[in-house]
Amino acid sequence: MEFFKIRKDIPFMRHALVFNVISLVTFVLAVVFLTVRGLNLGVDFTGGTLMEVTYAQPADLEKVRGVLTGLGYHDVPVQNYGTARDVLIRLPVVENETGAKLSESIGAALREADNSAQVRRVEFVGPQVGDELLENGGLALLFVSIGIVIYLWMRFEWKFGVAAIIANLHDVVIILGFFAFFQWDFSLSVLAAVLAVLGYSVNESVVIFDRVRENFRKMRDASVQHVIDNAITRTLSRTIITHGSTQMAVLSMLLFGGETLHYFAMALTIGILFGIYSSAMVAASIVMWLGVSRADLVRPPVKKEGAELV
Amino acid sequence: MNRYPAWKYLFVAVVVAASLVYALPNLYGKDPALQISSAASGGIEVSELTWLEVETALEAAGIKPGAHSIETGSLLVRMPDEETQLRAREAVQKQLGSGYVVALNLAPATPAWLHSIGAEPMFLGLDLRGGVHFLMEVDMDAAVTKAEERYVSDIRTLLREKSVRYKTVARPAEGGISIRFRDADQREAGIRLVENEFPDLAVTAPDPADDEYEVRAAIKQTAITETRRFALQQNITTLRKRVNELGVAEPVIQQQGINRIVVQLPGVQDTARAKEILGATATLEFRMVDEEHNVQDAVDGRVPAGSRLYKERAGNPVLLEKQVMLTGDYIIDAVSGIDPTSGGPDVTITLDGKGANIFSRATRDEVGKRMAVVFIETKTETVQENGVDVRRRTTGEEVINVATIREQLGKRFHITGLDSTNEARNLALLLRAGALATPIDIIEERTVGPSLGAENIARGFHSIWAGFAAIAVFMIIYYLMFGVTSVLALGVNVALLVALLSLLQATLTLPGMAAIALTVGMAIDANVLINERIREELRNGNSPQASIHAGYERAFLTIVDTNITTLIAGLALFLFGSGPIRGFAVVLCLGILTSMFSAIMVSRCLVNLWYGSRRKLAKVAIGNTAWK
Repeated sequence: MEFFKIRKDIPFMRHALVFNVISLVTFVLAVVFLTVRGLNLGVDFTGGTLMEVTYAQPADLEKVRGVLTGLGYHDVPVQNYGTARDVLIRLPVVENETGAKLSESIGAALREADNSAQVRRVEFVGPQVGDELLENGGLALLFVSIGIVIYLWMRFEWKFGVAAIIANLHDVVIILGFFAFFQWDFSLSVLAAVLAVLGYSVNESVVIFDRVRENFRKMRDASVQHVIDNAITRTLSRTIITHGSTQMAVLSMLLFGGETLHYFAMALTIGILFGIYSSAMVAASIVMWLGVSRADLVRPPVKKEGAELV
Repeated sequence: MNRYPAWKYLFVAVVVAASLVYALPNLYGKDPALQISSAASGGIEVSELTWLEVETALEAAGIKPGAHSIETGSLLVRMPDEETQLRAREAVQKQLGSGYVVALNLAPATPAWLHSIGAEPMFLGLDLRGGVHFLMEVDMDAAVTKAEERYVSDIRTLLREKSVRYKTVARPAEGGISIRFRDADQREAGIRLVENEFPDLAVTAPDPADDEYEVRAAIKQTAITETRRFALQQNITTLRKRVNELGVAEPVIQQQGINRIVVQLPGVQDTARAKEILGATATLEFRMVDEEHNVQDAVDGRVPAGSRLYKERAGNPVLLEKQVMLTGDYIIDAVSGIDPTSGGPDVTITLDGKGANIFSRATRDEVGKRMAVVFIETKTETVQENGVDVRRRTTGEEVINVATIREQLGKRFHITGLDSTNEARNLALLLRAGALATPIDIIEERTVGPSLGAENIARGFHSIWAGFAAIAVFMIIYYLMFGVTSVLALGVNVALLVALLSLLQATLTLPGMAAIALTVGMAIDANVLINERIREELRNGNSPQASIHAGYERAFLTIVDTNITTLIAGLALFLFGSGPIRGFAVVLCLGILTSMFSAIMVSRCLVNLWYGSRRKLAKVAIGNTAWK
């Protein structure tokens, strides 16, 4: 069985400008959503209390809200979580009450109102911890970005490093844009997924860049544009198959992983889909715009083996 | 060309066999069990004798226990089911008394032969087994304040003993210590004394023109660091004692950073009680009741100079003398029980020698008078002030008991008049564990109920399994024989990863399970690269053997390249992540390493075994390559 029998090189780079415009538009849209709506940061980052309560029968959200109002917590988000019997309550940092005590008093009040109420999960994050987690998340993102640029710089040339990180940060911003648009809960595990995507989709760029370098050596008379088109076309099959496999694993997480892994898997899904697009269409065209040439990669005493890759 | 030397086959075979063996314990379930350990370090050792006692208790209760074993100072007794486990705990705790901690636990049902070679199942995180995670912050400023207050009283005593005349020794609001002397000579003498006696204090040179003769002293930076370190250490010790009192199997109490402590209590369900016991600083003060003045006058605002107005539990005002007879620091033991005379709950308190002396002197002339026990609890609250979160500590003082002193009190005495046996038990527990040295706040809490934990395991497991199955079906259809070898290699990868995690006893969390699922999806990338390359070589008209060889050789560097970038991301997550994210990072990084081994060596090994020995190989089953 073979899905991809592409005999001719697909002229991706002829349409580079179109792809770049598409990218730019999605990117700008993502940035707009991020600035206008902002991320719906979970308690991990904002501080506050999150409680998951389960009932024996479908939960009456109004009643739960009533109990909370009775305790003096107005306009607290109460929503179903997974099934109709599970309820998720999110409380901001509350004055005059430590989060640890808060969950106890609410749990007791909910049990009083309906004795089948069972607190399944409590997450309390103090405001100082939230700030730290956010800061550490930013540091991790910075670390990964710089690490990848340095690695690609060493492995290829600075233009590739820059192109790959722009392409992949563009993915990251788009994932964040989705989370901002749909106001999905942005938790610590989503952040982990975003960073994993960053590391993972750079793979794609690496494979294509490897091919570009190989082609520069083999296709002596070809134009830069042709070299890149050929590299993308030749690796297309592998790109789609590996991403498809990874997506299968992620999809099973989305289906079976339950609510806790839902947004984690969602972030990965968006990341993988845009990863294919961005490494093929965005990274390569940025390299082209940056003016990559044969001389950048094929120096007279050619670096040996390393260049001869898929 | 596609033949490995014998040692390579052997090496791969050994690694695969070992990883299967060490991954095996995870397939066995867990038995409910009782874990019995000594309540205090240096206390009664758990031995075969303890087992005999436990056995007797269980027999009396009509419980037939499973196997038992003694390891690292604790006795583990397996139980047939959870209901029996609960009953057994009660029976055993009753028999052994408070010298032992009897905790409910789940013991891995690993067969003895696996256990003997060190094979254990993975260590599950709290989100998978259920339990409570607390992150606590020690209020370091309070530790320093306390130290300064101690110095103030020590300096006073010192100056008095050496007859140096001073006006005041106090701790000003801005911190430090301020001493005012009578005159310049006394000041000189005082400075010398303080400097000699307290090398940890830095005394600032006095202003000669100052007619207040004031001298300021501050604790040196090195000493402050030491004080803080000590405060943290003392808190960890106290927390450990308190956790022991709670009866938790496998608790984790660790320092994190310079002023934080992580407490993890697997399997704890009553979080309210855990928090009460862990978080509060409680101490007792014994004060005489002021019987010379009228309580009503004090309530109306005319509180006598030597007294303070307190409230009893019921809300009745009570006037107590300001002077404290004894503080809770001298308490070495407190046990709850039943008061034989009244039949109500009581707490028996035992004091240390010094405390007993002080107390017997203080109560000698007070027989027949009334004494109050004041319970002081410190808790911390987060309050918003002008939109900024400010943590404020409040001290709750409550007279828990007023009793007539019937005789001169000494080393042991009782407090009665408590509301319930439960209250008596909690009070005794808090007193026994000793007051925390410095106030400590819970700044993060994560609680997962046991049913949710089990559900999370099932979810993680299903995700991995479904992902694996889908990929396996696809690979075999798409790459035929090479798909089979790839899938076998992928299976080895999972086994190897699980074996490594079990061996390292790294904590497996739900994000960790997600990382296993993700690894399955990403590890196949290497095999796709190889297989695609082989197809391409075949398409270019190379012989099957040469194509296989070239495919593996050429794909190698790309595989390394692609994995390194993911490794960079994993490393960052490990360095900057905490808790569950770190679990994700560990599995991701390990998974990348194991996948390189399995995708390259194991699959090659299988391919070599299958095709390598055939001299005239005309065709390989890797799917259709007959197009150009």
